[in-house]
Amino acid sequence: MAEALLAVANVSKRFGGLLAVDQACLSAEQGKITALIGPNGAGKTTLFALICGFLKPSSGQVTYRGEDITGRPPHRLASQGIVRTFQIVQPFAGLTVRENIAVGAHLHVASRAAALKAAERIAGEVGLGPMLDRPAGNLTVAARKRLELARALAAKPALLLLDEVLAGLTPSEIRDIVPVIRAIRDGGVTILMIEHVMQAVMNLSERIYVLAEGRIIAQGAPAEIAADPKVIEAYLGHDAANRLRGSAHVH
Amino acid sequence: MNSRKILPLVIPVAALAVVPVFVHSNVVLNFMVIALLIALVGQGWNILGGYGGQYSFGHAAFFGTGAYATAILQVRYGVNAWPAFAIGIAAGALVGAVIGFLSFRSGLRGSYFALVTLAFAEVLRILASVAPITGAGVGTLIKLDLRPISFQFQSRAAFYWVILALFALSLLIVRVIENSRFGARLVAVRENEDAARALGVDALSVKLWAMTISAAITAAGGCFYAQYFLFLDAGIAYGPWISVEALLAPIIGGLGTAFGPLLGALAVKLLGELAKFVTGDAPGLDLVLYGVVLVLVVWLAPGGVAGLMSRISSRKTRAAHG
Repeated sequence: MAEALLAVANVSKRFGGLLAVDQACLSAEQGKITALIGPNGAGKTTLFALICGFLKPSSGQVTYRGEDITGRPPHRLASQGIVRTFQIVQPFAGLTVRENIAVGAHLHVASRAAALKAAERIAGEVGLGPMLDRPAGNLTVAARKRLELARALAAKPALLLLDEVLAGLTPSEIRDIVPVIRAIRDGGVTILMIEHVMQAVMNLSERIYVLAEGRIIAQGAPAEIAADPKVIEAYLGHDAANRLRGSAHVH
Repeated sequence: MNSRKILPLVIPVAALAVVPVFVHSNVVLNFMVIALLIALVGQGWNILGGYGGQYSFGHAAFFGTGAYATAILQVRYGVNAWPAFAIGIAAGALVGAVIGFLSFRSGLRGSYFALVTLAFAEVLRILASVAPITGAGVGTLIKLDLRPISFQFQSRAAFYWVILALFALSLLIVRVIENSRFGARLVAVRENEDAARALGVDALSVKLWAMTISAAITAAGGCFYAQYFLFLDAGIAYGPWISVEALLAPIIGGLGTAFGPLLGALAVKLLGELAKFVTGDAPGLDLVLYGVVLVLVVWLAPGGVAGLMSRISSRKTRAAHG
């Protein structure tokens, strides 16, 4: 097994009476794409927020490059190489695409001119080249998703956390962006992604974790996960899963 | 920073600098001094509010601290006016850093931040109106000594050039910020704080620096006020009037633009004069007028005067091309 860049050990998060994440464990291996899937409300985005420092875990430990980073603030984690995107895109709406991406580039580049130049290059890589001077507020959903990606890339992450970058895109837009994500991985960036679009998850990821009601209920290679009855049950409910199993026996 | 970015600042400042050569009317020069003073105070507010998106209702706290520090150092401790002026700016910046630290660290944003800054300014006003060191109800009077060594000048024109120089310096500071990493981060925090934090921006430190610089510039306005009028009381130094003017100028002139505060200050002060002329100086009517203008600007021209001007010029170029 390759070395884990990120390890989440028994992390829980309680909001009052609600246990949003319950003793979650997962790890992201260096240079691979790991996916986190699960039904709506399972706690995937909360787990992301716990990893990135936007929320502090109630208990448990997050380790990055062998170092305990539990509860460290997001800006410090970003400068250590952990960068996230948001499920609900968060553009700097009043700024142009170029200026948006430059904010990410400034993490490692002090000069304004150099950051703007880096922004141009990265915009080209994710297919935003022709839109550099457009205000981010005027972009289409697909372009905003690319902008999230571009901004995060500009911050030169070692570990990139993608929160549903494919959600809300048309099938052809997904076809366009999947190779971009693969190219990021091939460039040496470790990726942990939350995704609902199963075709893309199966296609891209090397390891999948399934979160349901705050607990990791399954983990494994894509083919194992697709056949796991616990996973089917979590998504479709107990009865439907049984019926499905029943009909599989009939055929 | 290159000449292409500095030149647009130099031309308007140079044009303003020659005004006293042609205009000798004390009334007009006094009007211009006050407008530039408000522009300076508004520029301070603009850095925090316009670029940083943190709307303060209490910039009087910095204006008053600058003014009182300058005056008290001279009157009570015999300090020369020039170092007193510099210390006044530093004192204002310190108050800004402290208020900023207390409110930003508690995570106050939006209306809560506005209310807390207002509260701080009001507390300072009440303290100043009873504390013996400020002269309490009587106020503080700086001794008349019309020599440049005392930062007092015979001619209005000299005062005019001083306040113009201060405003020009604030323009330069804003332009440097606009073209720096700090400026990019400040604007990012204004647009979306969480997204900025995810990209490695230390939002607390960025806001704190913005507030400190903002307070220093507004305090410089307070220091100048003390030297120009030579009299202060709590209502002048820490009164809500200056907090209101500080935010009206950039909002009406154009938020987050270098020249917004100047355009806004000129517009507001012209309107004020007009109101006096029309209503015969009925007390409070200028404030009613400010209110109406503010509503109209926010409603019809959210970019302020600066936004309106760029809209008209782009329409003209479009018309010329079409």
